[in-house]
Amino acid sequence: MTASTVFLWFFGGLIPLAAMAFWLARGKALGEAAAGKRLHSLPSFHGWYAVVWLAVPAIGSAVLFSLLHLLHIVDVPGPMLLATAFALGSAGLWLALRHIHAGFRARQAVEKVMRGMLFIAATISVLTTIGIVLSVIFESVRFFQVISFWDFITGTKWQPDTAFLIGAGRDTEGVAPPLFGSVPIFAGTFMITAIAMAVAVPVGLFAAIYMSEYASHSARNKLKPMLEILAGIPTVVYGFFAAITISPLIVQIAHAFGLEAAYTNALAPGLIMGVMIIPFVSSLSDDVIKAVPQSLRDGSLALGTTKAETIRHIVLPAAMPGIVSAFLLAISRAIGETMIVVMAAGLRPNLTMNPLEGMTTVTVKIVEALTGDQEFDSAFTLAAFALGLVLLIITLILNIVSTVVVRKFKQRYE
Amino acid sequence: MSDASKSNALRADLRADKRKRRRARADMRFKWYGLTALGLAMLFLVFFFVDIISKGLPAFQQAEILVQVSYSESVKSNYNRAVDKRYRKLISRSWLRTIPMQLEEHPDMIGTTAEQWVLADYRVDQFLKGHEGHKLKKKYQKLVRQLQEEGKVRLAFNSGFFSNGDSKLPENAGILASAVGSVLVLLLTMLFAVPVGVMTAIYLEEFAPDNRFTQLIEVNINNLAAIPSILYGLLGLAIFINFMGVPRSSALAGGLTLALMTLPIIIIATRAALRAVPESIREAAYGLGASSLQTVWHHVLPLAMPGILTGSIIGLAQAMGETAPLLIVGMMAYIPEAPHSILAATTVLPAQVYTWSGESIRAFEERTAAGIMVLLAVLLSLNALAIRLRNRSEQTW
Repeated sequence: MTASTVFLWFFGGLIPLAAMAFWLARGKALGEAAAGKRLHSLPSFHGWYAVVWLAVPAIGSAVLFSLLHLLHIVDVPGPMLLATAFALGSAGLWLALRHIHAGFRARQAVEKVMRGMLFIAATISVLTTIGIVLSVIFESVRFFQVISFWDFITGTKWQPDTAFLIGAGRDTEGVAPPLFGSVPIFAGTFMITAIAMAVAVPVGLFAAIYMSEYASHSARNKLKPMLEILAGIPTVVYGFFAAITISPLIVQIAHAFGLEAAYTNALAPGLIMGVMIIPFVSSLSDDVIKAVPQSLRDGSLALGTTKAETIRHIVLPAAMPGIVSAFLLAISRAIGETMIVVMAAGLRPNLTMNPLEGMTTVTVKIVEALTGDQEFDSAFTLAAFALGLVLLIITLILNIVSTVVVRKFKQRYE
Repeated sequence: MSDASKSNALRADLRADKRKRRRARADMRFKWYGLTALGLAMLFLVFFFVDIISKGLPAFQQAEILVQVSYSESVKSNYNRAVDKRYRKLISRSWLRTIPMQLEEHPDMIGTTAEQWVLADYRVDQFLKGHEGHKLKKKYQKLVRQLQEEGKVRLAFNSGFFSNGDSKLPENAGILASAVGSVLVLLLTMLFAVPVGVMTAIYLEEFAPDNRFTQLIEVNINNLAAIPSILYGLLGLAIFINFMGVPRSSALAGGLTLALMTLPIIIIATRAALRAVPESIREAAYGLGASSLQTVWHHVLPLAMPGILTGSIIGLAQAMGETAPLLIVGMMAYIPEAPHSILAATTVLPAQVYTWSGESIRAFEERTAAGIMVLLAVLLSLNALAIRLRNRSEQTW
């Protein structure tokens, strides 16, 4: 019995059973009511009470068995799992039916369970974070057992070609050892991020200033969705556009100036990534600019300043913490952006300051390592998780700093 | 007043005037910076759409050739015999390959001949559309021109693009398999992310006690929303595939991964919608004797529904356009046929766009752009729907 047939049988059996439990319990409650007794809870709550008593033991035992199976402690065969689950469920149902009588507070019992379910749903988000952190850390630890952490952080050469030999346990004598120096990869990431920010910050900020300070209400309502279209375009589409249209364009323009540019230059993905981030910067800045109290503007204008002077000397300084935190969030988005760089940037790590040369990024290397046909255990694929760990740490720091800054800013004007 | 002091005052006036004008000019300039920024963004949008559409539009038409096809017995073993040798290289191999199968299904066709429009080779197609790099040999170019004069070549609507799966031959490649995959993955994402997201938001907004754990959840959700999507791919690979044994590149693996990614978006939108429902509604419900859950279920949730729907649609649209985490869980495989189960290998539209964009044959470029057009059409209409819903349901209490 495969996992999916067990799954199918389980829910195929559970749903009719639950319906039956609902009708049985509701019927019993209705019977009490018909006998002239006053019910404490509505009959349907009695029904749900029985469903809970059926489903919780059944699902609980099934989940427990699956967990035991996943952790390789006990291997429970499918039919046995089904039999146990349904037996426990039926026992629960029998108990529940015995509880039901006119004065029974079924609603309170059911609502307690529902609150519990809401709480469990809320913990899933925490589990997701734990899952991300654990999955990245576990594999990273395995990576750092092979490659020293110091070499990874400070090395300037990324040559993992021979890593599969170690993974396969083969003789590595006479072969150049694989090098996992991540400096050129991070240099490429920061270069492309810097280009993106050079586009997104001025355009996004000025667009936000115009929309919040100058534009009429109706113009604003037209301009905002237009910027939102930029945010709605999938990154794979931006990547295609950068690789097929912008990159050749840049090569041609560079050629016209007598410069050599690679087709995998950093400029094309950087520019397009900047465009992608514009709506992100503008909507966040828009929010903080609008949060600056009107009294500050009025005071400044009353002293005879022009509108531009008010914005430059009063509004922007007041909004600065919020704007800075928007920039930090934009940076973290640019660093983690994947598809644009996978499609338009290079694969070869290159330590250079020239944006016309090809260079690679953290995310490109992660995708390259995990979509290849290498063994999962080789240092080459594990390196992806080490890079992911660094990426996670950087984005978390940026995010936390920006949250703290924004909270301080909001407190000031509240 | 002396003449000297008069002229002094005049000069001062003039200076003040000059300064005022300079400041007014600076004021104008500043406004123009903003307009320029918006203009640049608009210009990019126009350039972008014109570029994609001009690249993708030709792909909605496909070359066909009118040829004599003879369905003789010998064609069953060698499909090349079905058409005149002269034209064989002009016709798509993907069509020729299907002939023996057709004959198996319809034995009464054997021995007949028919003059019919058949799918042309991609080189012919590219040549007819005037694309550079069509790679059609000189002698065939002449032949195609000759056929064109006889009216035996045409560009017809490319229905195969919507009814075929992926193929190594560009003329036969379509988006059906990936579109079905996208729908499957999105359904799974929705089934998981929307209930869990809404339940989390209800808990945090209506029931959660103000304690450390609640604060932890809140901080955590804000952080999750900012984590790069590719890290969700690493989670999917390590937890769902390697630990839980979900098959690689299956719709289930992709759907679960995307669901976790969409969750924070839905939670944040739902919380905002719940917060917008005024307290008086809740108090009225309590006053009539409803329990807290009944209040939420019967009164708060229906009022917050438009906001919840808007947030869910935006989150799902984002999930639909997402590629990076899906590449990590292996959903970029070559899938020629639509998946039949959520455990089968599946690909999605954005991943299809990605794989096509990496093909070396130039004819794939217009298909990639056409796939992008389809993807954008779906996503933009989803977003437009969300915006309309938001505008229509904007309620002042």
